[in-house]
Amino acid sequence: MLEDNKSYSNIFLNGIFNDNPIFRLALSMCPAVGISTNVMNGLLMGIAVLFVQFCSSLTISLIKNYIHPRIRIPTYTLTIATWVTVTDLVLAAFFPVAYKSLGIFVRLIVVFCFITMRLDVFARKNPVFPSLVDAVGMGLGFMFGMMAIGGVRELMGMGTLLGYDILGFRPLLFFVLPASGFFVVGFMMAIFNYTETVFNRRKRARRAVS
Amino acid sequence: MIMSKCVRWMIVLSIIIGCTACNTEHRFVKRTEFKGKNIIAITFAGPVDENWINNPKAIKINEQQDPDILLTIDHVEISKDCKTVLIFLKDALNQTNVHMVALNDIMSEGKSQGTAVVSVKKLYWGNLLTILIGAMLVQNYVFVKYLGLCIFLGVTKKRSTAIGMGISFTIVIIFSTTISWFLYQFILKPFQIEFLQIIVFIGLVALTVQAVDTILRKVNPILFKEFGVYLVLIISSCLILAVPLIMAAQDYDFFESLMLSAGAGLGFFLALFLMSCVRERLDLAPIPESYQGMPIAFIVSGLFALSFMGFSGMSIF
Repeated sequence: MLEDNKSYSNIFLNGIFNDNPIFRLALSMCPAVGISTNVMNGLLMGIAVLFVQFCSSLTISLIKNYIHPRIRIPTYTLTIATWVTVTDLVLAAFFPVAYKSLGIFVRLIVVFCFITMRLDVFARKNPVFPSLVDAVGMGLGFMFGMMAIGGVRELMGMGTLLGYDILGFRPLLFFVLPASGFFVVGFMMAIFNYTETVFNRRKRARRAVS
Repeated sequence: MIMSKCVRWMIVLSIIIGCTACNTEHRFVKRTEFKGKNIIAITFAGPVDENWINNPKAIKINEQQDPDILLTIDHVEISKDCKTVLIFLKDALNQTNVHMVALNDIMSEGKSQGTAVVSVKKLYWGNLLTILIGAMLVQNYVFVKYLGLCIFLGVTKKRSTAIGMGISFTIVIIFSTTISWFLYQFILKPFQIEFLQIIVFIGLVALTVQAVDTILRKVNPILFKEFGVYLVLIISSCLILAVPLIMAAQDYDFFESLMLSAGAGLGFFLALFLMSCVRERLDLAPIPESYQGMPIAFIVSGLFALSFMGFSGMSIF
């Protein structure tokens, strides 16, 4: 059963803030750099990952008692691969335009490290409902990360958000270039680190005063 | 003795010439080739009629993958002896794809020579070299396609680990792509179960890694001690799955897929080596506190990506 200090909201928020797959764990950076040219791509990729994470967490937490510990990693990989195939076919059939803009990355969800990691760390040891909450939290964390990077790049590069004109001009066309993904991720990580150090310093100062 | 040597060289030479010559499928059409960015040149065995070639229905051009999309022809030029025809297209051609040219009811000196459908493609060796260089530099999988970043950022802290990872990765990717080519061409395609390719390829990659691990452990324990650590990491790289998927999507033949995987492996090796050299220097540099670690690594790889964009205009053949 659940430990005392882990409520459902904690599990949920953990995926979005403390263990954010993109900014904190720095796992599966390929889509974060490769296709985050606009918010829409980030949103679609996030939904796809959320779906795969949800379904594979459900599957693994249902059959966790039947998996031999020695072959657990291949089992996870095959489970994820099955659900990725489902996602791939559904996207190709119903959303062909979006599928084309995401390209090969939909299929590469199979090798996103953090999905396997969540299955191994959480879904294997917990009952069905908490694992689902955890899966949704991780998926949303990934989605927010992708949308944040995509938002910065779209706003700076094209002056639009979700296709709507916001600034009316194009501040820096450089951000549309594929190579700018690295810079945006690097700068955002640095900003995250900076706010964290400032926050910690203030906390320490307040504690010292009191 | 000399004869046998001569014969051997003759055979090799004839194989090379046979591979490079662009044979066509119709007796009346001698040669087809790309010329410049948007020109296809067709050489006929005899003179053809000018009013046949100016008939808009005479020539139809499309790429082999999508036969529904006809390319628009701007105008057609014919040489003085009426044997060579230059077809100017409105848009630039994608020369890596095979183009099909349908010649309806060829008229030569008033006589019909029948309808011909001929393919236009680059020379085979040139094509192989283009794939190799393309996968290595022009379309470098790390800096241009952004695949395999997890390993790329994970192992480049030291130069020795980067080299070890690069070598073992190249070996594994060549093995696994070769095996997936056989599986794809002889099992998935004939039975029309291509939709299972993700599951099959990822299983295959895991198996290959396990096999290399086991074999290396028995055959060469010293080498295993050096490279064994990296083998497990390889499964979690995007790149190792992306290469078989691209190979399947492009429908490459055996040597083309070999070149693709070798190029991808070598390109990855190059990227790892360059990055590890920079990061060893970065350790000594005074970097602002919030940029230490991951952020500066990302910015350095962004600079590399910008410089690799310089290769994008390069095409050799």
